[in-house]
Amino acid sequence: MTGKIAISLTVNGEEIEAHVTPRVTLADFLRQDVQLTGTHTGCEMGACGACLVLIDDRPVHACLMFAVQADGCVVDTVEGLTARKAIADLQRTFHERNALQCGFCTPGMLVSAYGILAAGGVPEREEIRDALSGNYCRCTGYEAIVDAIELTAKQRHQQAAREEA
Amino acid sequence: MKARAFDYVRPETLEAALQVFRDADVDAAYIAGGQSLVPALALRLQAPALLIDIARLQELRGLSVENGFLRIGAATRHFEILNSELVSQHAPLLAKAAPFVAHPAIRNRGTFGGSLALADPASEFPAMALALDAEIEIASLDNPRRVSAADFFLDLYETALQPGEMISAVHVPVASPLNRCAFDELARRRGDYALVGAGVNAEIRGGQVEQIRIAFLSVGPTPMRARTAEESLTGRPLTSESIRQAQEALVADLDPPGDEHTPAEMRLHLARVLLGRLLARLEADE
Repeated sequence: MTGKIAISLTVNGEEIEAHVTPRVTLADFLRQDVQLTGTHTGCEMGACGACLVLIDDRPVHACLMFAVQADGCVVDTVEGLTARKAIADLQRTFHERNALQCGFCTPGMLVSAYGILAAGGVPEREEIRDALSGNYCRCTGYEAIVDAIELTAKQRHQQAAREEA
Repeated sequence: MKARAFDYVRPETLEAALQVFRDADVDAAYIAGGQSLVPALALRLQAPALLIDIARLQELRGLSVENGFLRIGAATRHFEILNSELVSQHAPLLAKAAPFVAHPAIRNRGTFGGSLALADPASEFPAMALALDAEIEIASLDNPRRVSAADFFLDLYETALQPGEMISAVHVPVASPLNRCAFDELARRRGDYALVGAGVNAEIRGGQVEQIRIAFLSVGPTPMRARTAEESLTGRPLTSESIRQAQEALVADLDPPGDEHTPAEMRLHLARVLLGRLLARLEADE
């Protein structure tokens, strides 16, 4: 084994240089080396969606990537999205609509929701459900999560219409 | 669970990647999107000592139309297939199947070539390669070649790829103006592996079926053509009678496996239901 490999990547807007063992997933790297524990590890096989992060602005499973593969990539975690207020409205509607209980799935849900809403417009509830098909929630039954995302989409749409007027 | 320790390299060129694989004195594997490979490593179903990352190779990128074929670079990601104007124009069946592939986050990483190379019989794209009569371009140090989809999928997870070879691109014949196509699948929950899925790719002139290719997923060890059903439809108009006959003909084409949740007879029944729906959609399109 040749041991650790040097990588450099951007995490939440900050340039990071690190030496990583190839077998370490991006999720474990973010949690253990960068101390960003908002990215949760559930199934660690791409089924539950708790580990979703943005790579180059698209949601991906941090458990289905090794950190070495993220070399040169732009990574945003739920902490980064929170800090730059990219999901402040989603967080508010999740709170208002009781779209979380234990909260374990919430970071992944928010990253998924960010991806859904990035397309613009107001998606149908069926479309939201479909886009959430890779996110497991064992508490809420999903209805409240769909409510929150739909409400945010409507609010953003109204906001955009007001700004145009 | 975590993958066993391995070394990792990211060669700059396709040629170099092939050479690294050949020169490796340990078990090596290529990784592109990794959406099937990484879980397999985590579950220790596979434990290569060397991963060769091919996801960024320029030779595997790009979508273009050349000589009547749509060339899809092997490292094209599923979301790129879903969003591509070229795909929806020239290979509409692929565009119709793409929303059924896994979940959005998987589609953001998984690659088209990777899906074909894995040859999961429950996957959408391998079956669509068959329905589209696609040719698969194989990069190899000794024997670079193009293989038709019909000769590519050999058995469960087994393809025409030899050790050290990889798919570099897939060439799909450009759809003619007569093209009519449809895709759908039946699953217990949306996003789950389908109980049965199928794509129909036809040329229809004045209501008459001139050519038709039907391919099923999740009904056998490989993607499956339904040749008897195709023959029963060719040269005839699409009517409720011809559709019924094609549904009946499926018994000669498919011999699906059964399990405790989905007996073989039920899967065949579902395949008939699905084929009926798809052909009715073609008829409605006319």
